[in-house]
Amino acid sequence: MSTLKHSMTAQKFCVKCLVILSIISGLIVWSFIYLGLNPIQFFSFFADSNIAPFITRFFSPDLSTPFLLRIGSGILETLSISAISTLLASIISLGLALPTAGRFGPYAKSISRFICNFLRSVPELVWATIMVLAVGLGPFAGTLALTIHTAGVLGRLFGETLENHSSINNTALINSGSGKVAAFLYGTLPGIYPQLLSYSLYRWEMNIRMATILGFVGAGGLGQMLFYELSLLREPKASTIIVAMLFLVMVVDAFSNKLRAAQTHSMG
Amino acid sequence: MGCIVQNVSFKHANGTHALRNISLSVNSGESIAIIGASGSGKTTLLNLLATALKPTAGFIEHNGKDPWQISKKDLKELRSTIGTVYQSPPIPTQQRVVTAILAGRLGQWPLWKSVVSLIYPLDILGSHTCLERLQLGDRLFDRCDCLSGGQLQRVGVARVLYQAPDLLLADEPVSAMDPVLSDLVIGQLIDETNSRDATLIASLHAVDIALRWFPRIIGIKNGEMAFDLPSTEVTEKMLKELYSSEMGELPKQANTVV
Amino acid sequence: MQPYSTTNKPLISDPAAPNRLTLIVVSLVVLWPLLELAEFQPWLLFKPENIEVLGNFLVQFIPPNTETDFLLIVLVATIETLAMATAGIALAILIAVPLGLIISNSLSISRIGPGSNYLLSKFARYIARFLMLVLRGIPEIVWALLLVRVFGLGPTAGVLAIAITYGGMLSKVYSEILESGNTLPARALLVSGSGRLAAFLYGQLPSTAQELASYTVYRWECAIRASVVAGFVGAGGLGQLMDQSMKMLNGGEVSTILVVFFLLVLLADNVSLLIRKQLE
Repeated sequence: MSTLKHSMTAQKFCVKCLVILSIISGLIVWSFIYLGLNPIQFFSFFADSNIAPFITRFFSPDLSTPFLLRIGSGILETLSISAISTLLASIISLGLALPTAGRFGPYAKSISRFICNFLRSVPELVWATIMVLAVGLGPFAGTLALTIHTAGVLGRLFGETLENHSSINNTALINSGSGKVAAFLYGTLPGIYPQLLSYSLYRWEMNIRMATILGFVGAGGLGQMLFYELSLLREPKASTIIVAMLFLVMVVDAFSNKLRAAQTHSMG
Repeated sequence: MGCIVQNVSFKHANGTHALRNISLSVNSGESIAIIGASGSGKTTLLNLLATALKPTAGFIEHNGKDPWQISKKDLKELRSTIGTVYQSPPIPTQQRVVTAILAGRLGQWPLWKSVVSLIYPLDILGSHTCLERLQLGDRLFDRCDCLSGGQLQRVGVARVLYQAPDLLLADEPVSAMDPVLSDLVIGQLIDETNSRDATLIASLHAVDIALRWFPRIIGIKNGEMAFDLPSTEVTEKMLKELYSSEMGELPKQANTVV
Repeated sequence: MQPYSTTNKPLISDPAAPNRLTLIVVSLVVLWPLLELAEFQPWLLFKPENIEVLGNFLVQFIPPNTETDFLLIVLVATIETLAMATAGIALAILIAVPLGLIISNSLSISRIGPGSNYLLSKFARYIARFLMLVLRGIPEIVWALLLVRVFGLGPTAGVLAIAITYGGMLSKVYSEILESGNTLPARALLVSGSGRLAAFLYGQLPSTAQELASYTVYRWECAIRASVVAGFVGAGGLGQLMDQSMKMLNGGEVSTILVVFFLLVLLADNVSLLIRKQLE
């Protein structure tokens, strides 16, 4: 009797996943057809004579000293954009966290949650384009865009951390006459501070990557340089910039891995 | 600070009564001990007096004012004159002792002073003096997670001493301390309130401490007032009835597990 | 109200003070050049001509453009974005599966015991890891821009850009999932002589299928957002449409597209949640 049940449950599982698999494969095939993509097309494209020289030009990067210096300042610009925006966003999010966690009542909570969701749902690129309209081309637009977007992300994360944190210490201070802000600073902040710092550092790492991309709409950093060089069809310079981008990403990756290892080690 | 408790009851959200129809009146400068078995309602009564809880029936008055009928601003002012020593001090573990003590005057300080003190403590001398009275002065700049349970309780007491309130409430303030330290702490609390004519109301588990230090004893059993007498008039029989649920032996300092 | 101190002179000083002071000074010293580099000039936000430009743009946001012609264009672009994301992920899986299998230590035959091609496989693994890093490390928008130069404007560039970057991302996560699960069945198969693919299919796939599929569906959801981003450099879909509308400073169109984008992301969120629940 039990073996019969077993085979029946096994069958049920199979049918469901078979159905899902077939739906998904159907959608995938439809996507290719809709877009008019023919895999064979790709290979014939490469045989086309225009492409080959374009690609080979990439493999001779421009390594002249003045250009490398410009890349160095581009990297610094990218790092500055990411650092300042993450810093500003953390401060703003600290303020946003209180209403988001419900410390000022249910209405304030809904409003601030909506604001945070709106800020983080709009892609950074869109923010950057809007900011370029507001303050012109250059790294300031990128900084503003990342600040706004990151404030939404961190605002929500900080709010959740705060909400999950016990409010006993906070309440005790309020009951001896403290104002809300002071009670937060003395009663709650010391307890949640490590987690908030961790979120902010993680976000800084992502923002470095983002800051390079935002340049594509004119918001400064390596991205703006790359867009510029590619528009002028200067592939050797473009390839150097791409290598620099890769290098930056790898260094940040390695650094944050070391930092994470050190953090967990000290807590152990 | 004088207090009046008038026919106060407190019912939890799930319907159980923590306190039923309690009435008492406290004059400024008195020292009162509240005793009773675990779960009898001592902590609830203290929380009601601390304005942390609102009575579900009856009312409480501090110096003639009902805390739940006054404006928010007045309530904040009132609360800054009420200090509570908790059994488990509500202090973040990563905080330093000096900051934890200075937090006692947050109700009296302007915001800028509170913020600056986070970075550099503005009243090191004051906080050190309070801590030194509890013989813990050398730990002023340590982090609270480096302290033992008894030491942390003393930091909680130091915070209230620093606050210098008119009404000092203490919820089992010496539960984690040995007899010598308990005497020191209770002695300091009584000195403090006597020197400033402040009121002290403490709930205690060890009956002998209560009888030795406090001139007036209130006994609570199952959420109701069992007796409210000068300590000289409290008999052994009354105490045994009060603690009838606690396996025959009266809780004293000697047989308290630290 | 200080009955305990007779003077205001502190006899003890805060031992943490010197460190904190140094930290503050160093932070300020580092902050200044950063602000310079980022050209941080908040007063620019309040310059009248900037406010005018931005204000005009934002004012057009309400009401959003709901002309039927435009809505049809948006619909077509949305479908194109969806198709791009789906096709991109499909190709990404094609890249990620072999790459992930090569990289996984748990499926490595050469690690089990000495063999003639021990060094070769190790080398192959390093090459594969490096390739994966390059694919992941270069942002998809850069790939999109390069591919637009090669294949021209339109979704082809977007699909390939997603395929490349997400291929790299998926392969890393696949290899992590494969290495963190129960590796004993696969190892047993490898030791008894089976090939890598068979060891994967019979030894690891049954226990890790759910996690692999779940992550892939999550990445499909991200791919939709990435398709919109790639569109900004000419790879088609909603992104290209939004870029065009922004360049024309047409606030009404942009707000419509934004609303559609939010709805699309919400839909994708829910669909992916549904699928992942079904997989459990």
